[in-house]
Amino acid sequence: MKMNIISALLYILLAPLAGALMDGVGRKISARMQGRIGPPILQSYYDVRKLLGKQVIAVSPLQSFLLISYLVLMVLTGALFFSGSDILLSIFVLSTAATFLYFSTVITSSPYNTIAASRELIQIMAYEPAVILACVGFYLAAGSFQVDEIASTNTCMLLYTPGFFAAFVFILTIKMRKSPFDVSTSHHAHQELVKGVTTEMGARNLALYSIAEWYENVFLMGMAGLFVINSHWWSIPLTALLVMATFFLEILIDNSNARMKWENMFRLSWEVTLLAAGVNLLILMLIR
Amino acid sequence: MAVVIFLICFPLVMALASYLVRDDRTRNLLARAGVAVIMAAVLWLVFIWISGGRQVINCYYDTEAADHIILAVEVVLMFIITGLCCRHRKYWISLLSIVPTLLIAWFELEGPETERISHIQIDHLSILMCLIIAFIGGFIIIYSGGYMTHYHQHHVRIKPRKNYFFAMLFIFLGAMFGFVLSSSLLWIDLFWEITSVCSFMLIGYTRDEEAIYNSFRALWMNLLGGTALAVGIVYYGYFAHTVSLDTLVAEGMHGGEFTTIPIALIAFAAMTKAAQLPFSTWLLGAMVAPTPSSALLHSATMVKAGIYILFRLAPAIGGTRTGMLVSLIGGFTFFVTSIMAIGQDDGKKILACSTVSNLGLMVACAGIGKAETIWAGVMLMIFHAISKSLLFQAVGATENAIGSRNVENMHGLMYRIPMLAMFIFIGIAGMFLAPFGMLISKWAALKASVDSGNVVMVLFIAFGSATTSFYWSKWMGKLISRSHVSGSRHEDITLPDERLSLYVHAFLMIAVCLLLPVISRLFVNPLLLELFGQYKVVLPLEVLILLELIIIFVFAVPMAAYRYSKRVKTNVKLSYMSGINMGDNNSFVDSFGASRKLWLSNYYFSDKFDPDRLMVYGQIMAMALMIVLLCLIVGGILA
Repeated sequence: MKMNIISALLYILLAPLAGALMDGVGRKISARMQGRIGPPILQSYYDVRKLLGKQVIAVSPLQSFLLISYLVLMVLTGALFFSGSDILLSIFVLSTAATFLYFSTVITSSPYNTIAASRELIQIMAYEPAVILACVGFYLAAGSFQVDEIASTNTCMLLYTPGFFAAFVFILTIKMRKSPFDVSTSHHAHQELVKGVTTEMGARNLALYSIAEWYENVFLMGMAGLFVINSHWWSIPLTALLVMATFFLEILIDNSNARMKWENMFRLSWEVTLLAAGVNLLILMLIR
Repeated sequence: MAVVIFLICFPLVMALASYLVRDDRTRNLLARAGVAVIMAAVLWLVFIWISGGRQVINCYYDTEAADHIILAVEVVLMFIITGLCCRHRKYWISLLSIVPTLLIAWFELEGPETERISHIQIDHLSILMCLIIAFIGGFIIIYSGGYMTHYHQHHVRIKPRKNYFFAMLFIFLGAMFGFVLSSSLLWIDLFWEITSVCSFMLIGYTRDEEAIYNSFRALWMNLLGGTALAVGIVYYGYFAHTVSLDTLVAEGMHGGEFTTIPIALIAFAAMTKAAQLPFSTWLLGAMVAPTPSSALLHSATMVKAGIYILFRLAPAIGGTRTGMLVSLIGGFTFFVTSIMAIGQDDGKKILACSTVSNLGLMVACAGIGKAETIWAGVMLMIFHAISKSLLFQAVGATENAIGSRNVENMHGLMYRIPMLAMFIFIGIAGMFLAPFGMLISKWAALKASVDSGNVVMVLFIAFGSATTSFYWSKWMGKLISRSHVSGSRHEDITLPDERLSLYVHAFLMIAVCLLLPVISRLFVNPLLLELFGQYKVVLPLEVLILLELIIIFVFAVPMAAYRYSKRVKTNVKLSYMSGINMGDNNSFVDSFGASRKLWLSNYYFSDKFDPDRLMVYGQIMAMALMIVLLCLIVGGILA
């Protein structure tokens, strides 16, 4: 019990740091892939620190309260996850958080934001089945929805759940807003959606959004790591390796693909989920 | 147990009284008083039941006279239906009433002697149903008083028949009480027919072509179910010499003789009533009627009758082929109709699709037939009844105020009619957001389907809940965004009695959400114990406590954040329109240099998710599934 609370607290304190570093490293790797030097690793942190010091500038005064709610619920998602409680519960809080992000976007009623908000919803619809099925996969393989029990089994989950993992990595590209699935926003403001959901976020609000993203990314990596970690000591370096490999893979995909139409994104992610996770589900249910 | 008889008969007296009173004001007052009496009677029933130690109460064993009255009413109903069918030249539909009525009459008069049974049974499930019928249904009647006034101001071409409308609503309540309190299958059959006919009359209220078409569709589908029910009852009564639902379920649990066919037939009937595919069209067509009747059909009565009977049968169908049929059809309906809702922009149609979809989930829970799934199913039923009723009433009031129920026209409703928008918002949040019960029930349903090894169901839930959140969130987004409507405030013409009902529903919604662990422990767990004889805890206490904390957190955070952000000064800027704003957020410079108004709209994908096409495919698939599984069931008996 004590351990659980400590790890939740550690997540709350350290996740922004880890998230900022991940962001920085990601940008660096991306830059190198494109033959650029790239910004310093701490650049994201510098940006956010500067944004936090600014006044609140927004199209709608209601935006900040929705973004704060989004941030806090995102922190709660991760805290629930890292404290070892029910994984479905944290997924449900995650989806509520995502709804708040959607609200904070539509409330501005700016044209770019509204289209991006609709696409954000399509993204949620595209990735949710894979996330829920991943939880089911854990449950079937470990016999529990509790994160701490899943993490302390005797075997590596991945042996039982490769299909779930494949589907999860596939939709991770959507969740991390990487190309080819960055249909609702991108890191570059010169595209058809301008900056998508973040078009109307500035100053303090943008900082809130970025911090929430950091928390989210750390949570997602944690969920990826849950596929490997178990009671053996060697699983810890292996988990670290897998998480890094996954992260690198996402950046590689980001840099080697052009943005897709949302229709294709939606279709593809449901197909992959159904094929990879669905077949895996069928097999696990049969051998149980 | 005179109160039971009172509950069944008093609404009929009220119906007669409302029919005779010609003055609107007097009738509304009368209806309010009547609803208050009904609520008090149900509370009295609950009190008697609790003071009796919450045991199952069986009563009315010898009911010779009542049986004759019931048969007589059934025959009268047959004549009414036949007359109506002849008047509208739908002769074949009357067969669906004549055949089962004659069958039942033959069985009662000439059939074998049946065992002496109790005709009324009061247990947890029927008490729950009574509470839902009396309180949700009752407030809907109160709401109708205000709603119908405006309805006829907007729809001048429709001849007002308010007295008739109220009479139907009250008969409906009475029939529902009878339905959930009876334990004799013959009694159940009568009340079943009454609800079918009542809904037919309510749907046809406006008497225009569409209404008549839809009402007859509802009639034949429900009567088809009624025929299956009657055949099932007579089959069971003829061979097993009893017409007790309890005995049927108890025997069915052990795979007793002669039980498979009646249970399959009753389950089939329940699925027609619960508007499962391929019979969903009747409920979707029912929205041509004035909103209170839709609210009543969708939340407190009618469709819940189908769910109720499936929950009763659940212990007997779990793990059988009938259970497989029920759960597959339910899961399939849940998934298909939730996709169908994406393509709708008519508020009431979205609500209708979502009702069918949620009913699908409940039906699937019943079909799996484990205590855990029934836990989820009962929770779903409670939450769904409240939030759907709230949503229908709020959408109805909105339609009266802005003259449209199209979601696109609800753009910025939060700034135009804040109160109504708030009610819609709460209702929708109740349908799918995290702290509210629907999501928790879905979670339990998912867990239970995994436990029972139902792969298809797990996939249906995973994909279906994704589409569900899509269509709800985009509606919520519409309510809170502004721009092309800013400045145009609408007058809120909601009348006090409508308002009362809306407030009570919203309050109930939040209260039930907060009290979830209490309801689960004190009510639903004993209910399962009664149905199944044994019970395993679905959500352990620590999860429920954690859940409660999250609920409070999710309520508190936005509120605190809202208060905080009010104090912080915001520098408000124009939105980004590539630098061609016309000085505000509502218009921009077009390619001719003229000002053009900005118009924001949602995605509906009507080309990809065409609801009509989906419905046809869904019906064909469900029909095929049903035929195959019915063959399997029959084959299982013959083999």
